[in-house]
Amino acid sequence: MSYNYESATRDFDPVFGIEVHVELNTKTKMFCGCANEFGAEPNTQVCPVCLGLPGAMPVPNQKAVESAIRLGLSLGCSIRESSRFARKNYFYPDLSKDYQISQFDEPTCYEGELEVVLDDGTAVMIGIERAHIEEDAGKNTHKGGSGGIQGADYSLVDYNRGGVPLVEIVTHPIEGMGNRTAEVARAYVATIRDIVKALGISDGRMEQGSVRADVNLSLRAKAADGEDQSAIEFGKRSETKNVNSLRAIENAIHHEAGRQADLLSAGKPVVQETRHWHEDTKSTTPGRSKEQAEDYRYFPEPDMLPVQPSREWVEELRATIPEHPAKMRKRLQADWGFADMEMRDAINADALDLIADTVAAGAKPQAARKWWMGELARIANEREVAIATLPVTPHDIAELQGLVDAGTLNDKLARQALEGVLAGEGSPKAVVETRGLEIVSDDSALEAAVDQALAAQPDVLAKLQDGKIQAAGAIVGAVMKITRGQADAGRVREIILQRAGVSE
Amino acid sequence: MSDLTRLTAAQMADAMAAGDITSVQLTQAHLDRIGAVDGDVHAFLHIDAEGALATAAAVDADRAAGVELPALAGVPIALKDLLVTKGLPTTAGSKILEGWIPPYDATVTRKIREARMPILGKTNLDEFAMGSSTEHSGYGPTHNPWDLERIPGGSGGGSAAALASWEAPLAIGSDTGGSIRQPASVTGTVGVKPTYGGVSRFGAIALASSLDQLGPCGRTVLDTALLHEVIGGHDEMDATSLNEPVPAVVAAAREGALGDLTGVRIGVVKELRGDDSGEGGGYQAGVKQRFQESLDKLQAAGAEIVEVSCPNFEYALAAYYLILPSEASSNLAKFDSVRFGLRVETGTIERTMGATRAEGFGDEVKRRIMLGTYALSAGFYDAYYGSAQKVRTLVQQDFAAAFEQADVLVSPTTPTTPFKLGERIDDPLAMYLNDVATIPANLAGIPGMSLPSGVAPEDGLPTGFQILAPAHEDARLYRVGAALEAALAAEWGGSLMDQAPELEVRS
Amino acid sequence: MSSLERSDVARLAALARIDMTDQDLDRMAGQLSAIVDAVAKVAEVADSDVVATSHPIPMANIHREDVVRPSLTQEQALSGAPAAEDGRFRVPQILGEEA
Ligand SMILES: [Mg+2]
Ligand SMILES: [Zn+2]
Repeated sequence: MSYNYESATRDFDPVFGIEVHVELNTKTKMFCGCANEFGAEPNTQVCPVCLGLPGAMPVPNQKAVESAIRLGLSLGCSIRESSRFARKNYFYPDLSKDYQISQFDEPTCYEGELEVVLDDGTAVMIGIERAHIEEDAGKNTHKGGSGGIQGADYSLVDYNRGGVPLVEIVTHPIEGMGNRTAEVARAYVATIRDIVKALGISDGRMEQGSVRADVNLSLRAKAADGEDQSAIEFGKRSETKNVNSLRAIENAIHHEAGRQADLLSAGKPVVQETRHWHEDTKSTTPGRSKEQAEDYRYFPEPDMLPVQPSREWVEELRATIPEHPAKMRKRLQADWGFADMEMRDAINADALDLIADTVAAGAKPQAARKWWMGELARIANEREVAIATLPVTPHDIAELQGLVDAGTLNDKLARQALEGVLAGEGSPKAVVETRGLEIVSDDSALEAAVDQALAAQPDVLAKLQDGKIQAAGAIVGAVMKITRGQADAGRVREIILQRAGVSE
Repeated sequence: MSDLTRLTAAQMADAMAAGDITSVQLTQAHLDRIGAVDGDVHAFLHIDAEGALATAAAVDADRAAGVELPALAGVPIALKDLLVTKGLPTTAGSKILEGWIPPYDATVTRKIREARMPILGKTNLDEFAMGSSTEHSGYGPTHNPWDLERIPGGSGGGSAAALASWEAPLAIGSDTGGSIRQPASVTGTVGVKPTYGGVSRFGAIALASSLDQLGPCGRTVLDTALLHEVIGGHDEMDATSLNEPVPAVVAAAREGALGDLTGVRIGVVKELRGDDSGEGGGYQAGVKQRFQESLDKLQAAGAEIVEVSCPNFEYALAAYYLILPSEASSNLAKFDSVRFGLRVETGTIERTMGATRAEGFGDEVKRRIMLGTYALSAGFYDAYYGSAQKVRTLVQQDFAAAFEQADVLVSPTTPTTPFKLGERIDDPLAMYLNDVATIPANLAGIPGMSLPSGVAPEDGLPTGFQILAPAHEDARLYRVGAALEAALAAEWGGSLMDQAPELEVRS
Repeated sequence: MSSLERSDVARLAALARIDMTDQDLDRMAGQLSAIVDAVAKVAEVADSDVVATSHPIPMANIHREDVVRPSLTQEQALSGAPAAEDGRFRVPQILGEEA
């Protein structure tokens, strides 16, 4: 017997919860003035504070606190009048002080609710338990052996990431989603990602780990007819750590549901444990089994004072909260007149912001969509990069479309101009100029080209004069060749007929 | 030239300003004195003769060139070795940090350097400031200059002994439960724990973050005040630092020295005067006698003496010995063999950490880490750490009520004169009782001073007089302290340190 | 209050990452029990209506501007390291969770 996701969620009631860690894009770390930047040489963005040297003391970053409050407000959370930092004590080499500064019993943001819209438009409310501020750990690299931690000979530690500000968002348990559980989980994380990007507090890049998810899942028995499902106890849950893409969230839930259902139906217990997600095998394996439950010995961080945001400050921050992404999408779709399918494709391609910015720069919505979802999506796909990372701006695209609309470029020339922009030759206008791409609209030049083509194909001229006007196509083609495509085909046709002395 | 080391810091500064002496002469005199007596006293863990003389020479050159200099420029100083010093070894008295050279300066170190004071070296302390005798130093105990067989107090015994043996005119201490005041008391010197947050803790190796406070140590109240103004003030690197001007303690010391305390209400804390049994019991007769005489002097200066009661002080010692180990157990986690300090490599990093900490930490440190780990662990937090934090509230309430009736509160600093080295080393609870009178101030964050009140008739050893003031009112300590100091000096015909026995000088 | 058994002390020693021999554990159990018994009296007055004080001077909202300050150099950062390699701190094999 082997359960899959569908059968598991049919025979059991899945209950899940998600912890999302959002890395904030502040200029400096959470408790010191070291730069918060990705990719520097190891241990060059460290100081006595984030390196945990004796005597050093943390001072919280105002901007990070502000970002956390804005995020909390976006999640519908209450902002605690007095919150504080706590120490979570455990020994680990990447944790420089051997305690993590986090929040425990008094998180800054608590009890919120977030609407998540699924692909088919169904809205689901997700209960948020808390959103608290904490610091990231450094990074271990395992050396020797297989390269993984198991069997490594030794490890190397870089503390550049240590102390980077995080907001951890914890949901209440989410029940009753049945076989839509994985979809809801994915949509929830996608919504969080969209919100943090809209707030401008994080780059929201899951592939770089700036948004990371831990997914808890348990299965419980289904209530019999007439029985109350909520009266049935939760099952033991697994916590799958660091699931770092939207697709992986769905896959991890698929896998865990099947695995747990297999155990339960065989009368075996599900172990409450941490598990690791493996992208290559699309499966999870157990983490280190601990002899005893961890005892983190939380207590209030004595080196720092409470955070007590004034009501006025909170209201000021609330005024800076952008529209909820789901609502914004609904509004944009109506404004732009996109079909559901067009809208969904744009969202899935991560092109919504690009289209919106292109429209804002003056292009018509459908034209903007066609560029981003057509030519640019194709190029991004070819180059295997995210569409937003292509070296072209929404402003460039609006300018390009403007040239088409003005008749300066035809489609073919516009694609050539885009090629120039992507090659770093400058704005579309600059490329048109330097490459000489403009449509030839000078009649005398076109007349010369037509005459040359007619002279070269006397048989075609004879056909035309015979009244076989459709033969003009061959001459149009020849003229386009002579002008390297830079002619307006309609005008060329008019001139051909005029020179041949015929009319339609 | 007469012995420069016998001058007060204020006199040294004046003599340099007048051109009578140079900082190089003064610094060399202290280095010579250290060379002559520190073999017996062992106040210093590290001596930086070269650095001190370089600072002194630069000060002398600037003075000769007419450059304006800070008040204490050229006056040498000793730093307790839990203050981080860039380029100078810093051990916190622990073997786990042996050989560590910090890549940064503590804020107080920076301020001392900016004040152009030659740093003679780093002074001994109980390991990580855990103790009342310096016997818990990983590098051997410091000896009390009044009697080399006896403890110099702790944890700042090195700083206090350096002052009492004329090795340094000024020193920095740290006071978590009395580690500045108790050593001052047993060595016949002056020590002040400022209001919590009055001096930046950045770069002071933390024992218990919510109790620790750095402070000035000297041989006179005025010298101590001069140093207080050098090291005090707001620091953006310490989130718990007070954002307010340094109290005008030098002016207060000068005013107090005039001897008039008319209108000042002095509250004697009933629970700390040693009249009854319990925590307040066990006071030595000579300690009580000198305390009473000092009270009489204050009264004679015009002060009104009242008695106040702080009933919850009975629980202060217990609360302290929960809060301190809890915070310390977390603060000392970073000594894990990864980034600095000792490593005893034993297989995996987990085992290496365990072996390193077993070898690098002494018994008292281990005991307190274990106690703190227990007090914070799941299931015990509320009963221990949580309750201790509530006691802290009650102690604060007691102080608030007492300060309604009195401008300052007073008590003997310690119940006894210094005991013999080794006498209490195996009895942690007896050792902890040393701090019964000093701990309440740390729990409440208020400022406190200890200054000499004489020697006990029965053993000829120093006794200390403690003054406590409300938070932010550090200046009151100096006014009352200077008045008492002046009255006692008038009676003794000099300072108490003039009565100290001469140490044997070795070359 | 209850006294600490050797097994309690062993658990604490593991949490605190301090290796202890059986002798250490026995000695520590005795000393800790005496101290714990002495300090347990805090519970006598810690009524539920007393608020806890975790910081002696009441202050709040002490924050830092989000402005970059100089970091240590890599050489300074590693200067005290027992072992280093490739600009990183080198540690023996970790028996921990997957990175
Ligand atoms: Mg967390
Ligand atoms: Zn840093």
